[in-house]
Amino acid sequence: MSAEMERPVAGPNYAAAARDAVLAGVIALGVFGPLIGFKTEQNMNNQLVVENRWGIVIVIVAIVVIGRFLLKAFVFPALVTRKANAGPASTDESFFKRNFKTIGLAFLLLYPVIIVSMLGYQQSIKWVDNFGIQILIYVMLGWGLNIVVGLAGLLDLGYVAFYAVGAYSYALLSSHFGFSFWLLLPLSGILAAMWGVILGFPVLRLRGDYLAIVTLAFGEIIRLVLINWREVTNGSAGISSIPKVDIFGWITFNVADPTYIGKILDLPPSSAYYKIFLYYLILALALFTAFVTLRLRRLPIGRAWEALREDEVACRSLGINTTNTKLTAFALGAMFGGFAGSFFAARQGFVSPESFVFLESAVIVAIVVLGGMGSMVGVAIAAAAMIGGTEILRELSFLKAVFGPEFNPDQFRMLIFGLAMVTIMVWKPRGFVGNREPTAFLHEKKSVSGSLVQEGHG
Amino acid sequence: MASVALALLIVMVVSMVLTSLMSWTIERVAYRPLRGSFRLAPLISAIGMSIVLSNFVQVAQGPRNKPVPPMVTDTIVLMERNGFAVTLSYKQIIIMVVTAVLLAGFWYVVQKTPLGRAQRACEQDRKMAALLGVNVDRTISLTFVMGAALAAVAGTLFLMYYGVVNFSDGFVPGVKAFTAAVLGGIGSLPGAVLGGLLIGLIETFWSGYFSIDYKDVAAFSILAIVLIFMPQGILGRPEVEKV
Amino acid sequence: MTAVIETQDMPVGHQGPPLLSVRGVKTYYGNIIALKGVDVDVHPGEIVTLIGANGAGKSTLMMTIFGSPQARTGTVTFDGRDITRMPTHEIARLRIAQSPEGRRIFPRMTVLENLQMGASLDNLRYFDEDVERMFTLFPRLKERAAQRGGTLSGGEQQMLAIARALMARPRLLMLDEPSLGLAPLIVKQIFDAIRDLNRNEGLTVFLVEQNAFHALKLAHRGYVMVNGLVTMSGTGKELLANPEVRAAYLEGGHH
Repeated sequence: MSAEMERPVAGPNYAAAARDAVLAGVIALGVFGPLIGFKTEQNMNNQLVVENRWGIVIVIVAIVVIGRFLLKAFVFPALVTRKANAGPASTDESFFKRNFKTIGLAFLLLYPVIIVSMLGYQQSIKWVDNFGIQILIYVMLGWGLNIVVGLAGLLDLGYVAFYAVGAYSYALLSSHFGFSFWLLLPLSGILAAMWGVILGFPVLRLRGDYLAIVTLAFGEIIRLVLINWREVTNGSAGISSIPKVDIFGWITFNVADPTYIGKILDLPPSSAYYKIFLYYLILALALFTAFVTLRLRRLPIGRAWEALREDEVACRSLGINTTNTKLTAFALGAMFGGFAGSFFAARQGFVSPESFVFLESAVIVAIVVLGGMGSMVGVAIAAAAMIGGTEILRELSFLKAVFGPEFNPDQFRMLIFGLAMVTIMVWKPRGFVGNREPTAFLHEKKSVSGSLVQEGHG
Repeated sequence: MASVALALLIVMVVSMVLTSLMSWTIERVAYRPLRGSFRLAPLISAIGMSIVLSNFVQVAQGPRNKPVPPMVTDTIVLMERNGFAVTLSYKQIIIMVVTAVLLAGFWYVVQKTPLGRAQRACEQDRKMAALLGVNVDRTISLTFVMGAALAAVAGTLFLMYYGVVNFSDGFVPGVKAFTAAVLGGIGSLPGAVLGGLLIGLIETFWSGYFSIDYKDVAAFSILAIVLIFMPQGILGRPEVEKV
Repeated sequence: MTAVIETQDMPVGHQGPPLLSVRGVKTYYGNIIALKGVDVDVHPGEIVTLIGANGAGKSTLMMTIFGSPQARTGTVTFDGRDITRMPTHEIARLRIAQSPEGRRIFPRMTVLENLQMGASLDNLRYFDEDVERMFTLFPRLKERAAQRGGTLSGGEQQMLAIARALMARPRLLMLDEPSLGLAPLIVKQIFDAIRDLNRNEGLTVFLVEQNAFHALKLAHRGYVMVNGLVTMSGTGKELLANPEVRAAYLEGGHH
């Protein structure tokens, strides 16, 4: 990067750009050539046969060369000029920006109504379920983890373990004992919180990367136990036919029941009602998480979390009990993970260890960090962008017309997700909403832009 | 035998070169822009990059296992009693020799050469290293290249030993490699080898005496226990704070 | 204060072009301005000191000369070469050496390795000879040669930081508060060493100090920095005699 900044060139320097582009092409050939150019396939005799695909490699290298040339010759000089000419940023915000929270909330409340009125009940299922509910689950998980990572500054890479505890608590207790969702929701939250304390207690002395790796290990341990403790968890096969949620027994969502919602409201049977109900249920749970977090941030414990995030040693010397502070953050974060887990089990009707891999934890952490660490709105935006974005990829079947019938956009889903994580971090290291605003103010409200605040050596 | 050894050597060198190039590129694209940024940014970028890499291999090479015909099959019988034999296979010997040679080489580089000193200086205080004329960016790039070359050797040995490879095979060894490094003490090369040996032995004995299903649980539990009770590892040096 | 003040006379090279020249340098941390247009000259063979209160911008100037952070406007010239936009490590390779604020000893390297880091530019040709020289200058370091940097006392770390900077055989030695937190006896020892190096080997020194009395006594010339601006300059003698300097930095003093 520094090489470009050394001397701001007046006009585009085509010779240098061309040289750079050729070099980038050679590197691209080395990076992509062998892995894409050769493909090994197993034939009928279980032997590996090498296939050649150098056509694709040439296309990729060409894209890299041309892209690098354009960047070097036009984009970087333009950026330098713009940076030099950049005036003070305008401070007045548009109406939309100022009322973002209200508008967002109204949209979330009306979302199923809009979808149903546009597409009808049957067509709405996909949009309410895959987009609405799926995104809101991650919003809730993000907000829950936000307490641990964003507020208390403890990097937890095993958050999915608490999600799993919640899901299995509901799955096991409801299918074995027939307890209702409304009893099991708080119970699974409490169980997850208990695990949060159990796991949290020994790791409190650890800091930074070590804490991250131990929580990762705990997440994996829980998953491996779920796979291997077959007598209880049914192993990798998972637990199926988990009972649906009902509205306190008054209204149910099973067509056969006399209290079926269609019969009560005199509507034709459709699975859309249950999805819409689940949508509002997870919305309520997520908002509950947000509400609790916002309240706690104004209480001494919330202040203690933020102080802990900034400087643990200073915290201790101020007489803050760091053990209890960390434990409450762990336990509360875990509790919300447990709530989300039991909701997940009720929504899917099926749980298996497959749903609780490390990747899930990574996705949730990514949402929190991309959202700007500590910003509730940022986390929600990040969840919508990352989860919604990858869900949209499932819908891109028209690309088959372009690339042929064997093309499957779904297989690129995680590849693009990973690329997005890297790109967003490089582009906006402080996340979408990158202001680290303190919650306690003396006189006037000043916020320091996150990009100015460096951590590390002082 | 000689031709197999030669083939193995060529594969190893080629994969070292390619992996190093890849690692160099990744460092340039995904980590260097984040240097000096806040603490979690490089970690998130790294997680993103690991998702990209394994999925790239999945897309490029397909999701199925790739079996390779066994290259090295000979074994030496060390001891035989009551029909049970203790054997040592050639591939195990190859792994031990390669590890020993690389350990010696890298120990020398890190401890005795200017590059190694520059690497350690960057680890301890990048700004000061730059003030002393160390090109920090270049040093970090070279470190990534070295690390990737070692990983490439490990990958080649993994394939030679198990005879099958899959796009998702990197994750568990990656976590276990970290476990081994932590167990031995971060920053200590002999510690990393000791840690790796211990993890392997514990897993094997656990599988032999208790249950093979829980062998990864055992490995991860050890990581947690070690970090909690001896965070500096076995051969690691305790952190000294500045006065 | 009636003690006889023994100050330095001007060295020979003063009339020539400056070795280091800082012109109109403005440095920012984000949007906060730290240096508001600073001019400083250091001639070959001189000891120049920069005095000022905590937070005046003295250390920022030291780091700006090294391009970390870079000056937003203004120029830094070393030996006739514009180094304002040069990367830090290339500036260091021009043989400008710094013993920075907070000493920044590599804590997990031995004393000897720390010295090697200081010398690493010069492919270790004179290494043994230079190490011997440092051990004569600071005998304490010899006793601690195999010990790790992090285990040294504050004074020893300071000696090591200066020795590490000297290992580069610098053309310009920059010292940031070498007396901070040290016992008076050690301060005297360190300042004596600097004076000897200057007198005997013609070493050019740029010294940042809060300990104004000793620094001005040692220096040929001095600058006073207040809030990111140089407000006064003159010979060490002049500044020591200046009533404003006396009131602000000397009386109620550090000695």
